[in-house]
Amino acid sequence: MAGIVGYGAYVPRLRIKSGEIASIWNEDPDRISKGLLIEEKTVPNIDEDCITIASQTAKDAVRMAAIDPQRIGAIYVGSESHPYAVKSSAATVAEYINAVPNVMAADLEFACKAGTAGMQIALSLVKSKMVEYAMGIGADTSQGRPGDALEYSAAAGGAAYLMGDKNVIAEINDTCTFTTDTPDFWRREGEEFPRHAGRFTGEPAYFKHSQGSAKLIMEKCSTCVEDYDYFVFHQPNGKFPLALAKRLGVPKEKVMPGLLVTRIGNTYSGATPLGLAATLDIAKAGDRILAVSYGSGSGSDAFDITVTDELSKARERGGKPLEYYISKKEYVTYGQYAKLRKKLKGI
Amino acid sequence: MTSKGTGVSIIGVGMTQFGECWDKGLRELMAEAGVKAIIDAGVDGPDIDAVYGGNMSGGRLSGQEHIGALISDQSGLTPIPATRVEAACASGGLALRQAILSIMAGEHDIVIAGGVEKMNDVGMSQVTTTLGGAADTDWEAAFGATFPALYAMMAKRHMHEYGTTEEQMAAVAVKNHENGAKNPYAQYPFEITIEKVMKSSPIATPLKLFDCSPVTDGAAAVILARDDVAKKYSDSPIKILSSAQASDALALHDRASLTELRAAKFAAKKAYDRAGVTSKDIDLAEVHDCFTIAEILAIEDLGFFPKGQGGPASAEGKTKRTGEIPINTSGGLKACGHPVGATGIKQAVEISWQLRGEAGGRQLENPEIGLSHNVGGSGATCVVHIYSK
Repeated sequence: MAGIVGYGAYVPRLRIKSGEIASIWNEDPDRISKGLLIEEKTVPNIDEDCITIASQTAKDAVRMAAIDPQRIGAIYVGSESHPYAVKSSAATVAEYINAVPNVMAADLEFACKAGTAGMQIALSLVKSKMVEYAMGIGADTSQGRPGDALEYSAAAGGAAYLMGDKNVIAEINDTCTFTTDTPDFWRREGEEFPRHAGRFTGEPAYFKHSQGSAKLIMEKCSTCVEDYDYFVFHQPNGKFPLALAKRLGVPKEKVMPGLLVTRIGNTYSGATPLGLAATLDIAKAGDRILAVSYGSGSGSDAFDITVTDELSKARERGGKPLEYYISKKEYVTYGQYAKLRKKLKGI
Repeated sequence: MTSKGTGVSIIGVGMTQFGECWDKGLRELMAEAGVKAIIDAGVDGPDIDAVYGGNMSGGRLSGQEHIGALISDQSGLTPIPATRVEAACASGGLALRQAILSIMAGEHDIVIAGGVEKMNDVGMSQVTTTLGGAADTDWEAAFGATFPALYAMMAKRHMHEYGTTEEQMAAVAVKNHENGAKNPYAQYPFEITIEKVMKSSPIATPLKLFDCSPVTDGAAAVILARDDVAKKYSDSPIKILSSAQASDALALHDRASLTELRAAKFAAKKAYDRAGVTSKDIDLAEVHDCFTIAEILAIEDLGFFPKGQGGPASAEGKTKRTGEIPINTSGGLKACGHPVGATGIKQAVEISWQLRGEAGGRQLENPEIGLSHNVGGSGATCVVHIYSK
């Protein structure tokens, strides 16, 4: 069965604490971090963007799969912070890992689920045998308007998934998507920061769609919550995925390994791919994982995944475990953060 | 209104859930409240002679004007006269008053008065700008004054003149949430603490998030009938003892005082005189707590407490359900929610439930006389009604 043959994950080293941001806006730091369940978030350094994150994770995914990158027939980079409005991030990544020139490449955007959409397309190409290997990447250096609630969560990071049908480390049993036209969060062409419809982003958006795709995949696979060892949910803050778990009847301990938002913030297109990477980093053969992304606008991709006995060997070949990048950190002040995120105007 | 009482009674009430009603539009909300009130009154559609609907800004918030006809259309009440009434946040109270007056004038026997606002279909900045239209657009809104800012100035002045504290204002929110927690229709049916209010996000100092009423979708409706007609439909009609209205300068800077709403004082005096009661006779009141300071101003302007004593009275629990004068048993605008055009009608619904003994977990012990106080803008319109069993 086709599935994941290699993956790579990365978050930047710089961090800013929620309390540091709160103090700038006269907010109570304790209330903010407890309210959002976000202690701190990653901050991309001056030389990091969606392409550098995607490239690094793509390289690690190829290394883990131990294949000739020339055999990769397609690369898709999902992000809402592609450095160029017009010019492909995927082409740069393909060049970096030496998959060029015989490779399909494109950039995707579907808010926070563009990465998992890329994974679905990559999987389809492999399953249809149009290509031998294909890669789907979710990476973001997401934007939050100063003073907006998003500023506490908008973070950076990403993960890459190489799909194939030989030496599969995690079989993708099935995938499906729950999509409706629900405008809860958006950034128009030319705008610097996204806008959102407050609590409308919750009930009719995140919860309806995530719950919808989770139920849809379990129907398709004739499974129930008990059949899965781990759950990975999109994590715009700490509260939403835990509330979603509760609604689906998922015990907290099955969610926690993939719940990174409290320590790294919301990595947007990178969020579910990173949560899945953290779970794969500790999973063992036979473990079954249900991964659910969410993208505003709105849609949710669900993946039913079973880990094979190839995973443990593959992990030794791959890049550093995600935990390495999460624990290796350096704090910045709001001033440094404002400079790095180009929030200071006129310089 | 020379004799005591208006000769008009409420024979049926109804309201929708207040909150973020994502799956209901303006028309669904108004129809739901209207149908509930009609069922509660036990009247048939053809018995209703006219409809008055309070709505502040269907045009800007939902892209829908011509609300009067929409109400009669959606409720299956055509071809009766249908009139939209607008006085910013006092639209509901004023719709109630117009309905009462139409019966008093002898034009109608049974009238439905409703209020509706659908506020969550547009972004927050558009809501803020739209609500800003209730202030003086040229001289306040154009210079950036939003409603929280205007009420913050009133709060600052009240603090300066009378020593009112932020904790005393917080006590208003805590008390209203305590009541709202017992109201199944409330947008925020949960209790909060003084600390939670004090630590909430700054909005316009000294007002914090929990000093402010929310943005709400909702509708409410009451069926009114001439007293002799009311008896045919209801064993427990709620009598409207008086209906009074007053106006003041639209802009805060044109007012004689920042620490009282002159329109509220005028309307209250008229309402008391016409009802033949005093503030001491009132057993409960629903007042316009769009901000916590607004409730403090209201309980002073209505004569429940001397000027300057509203803050300490709130902090001492005198306005709780168990206090001297229970204020906002519904949870008020703060906890029950504030769909602006519906608020004035919701106040009448709550008073009716309390006087009928149907207020569930927040029911007061046998109240006889209730009062509602509905304010438009920062005090340029005030409508006061007094009700009795």
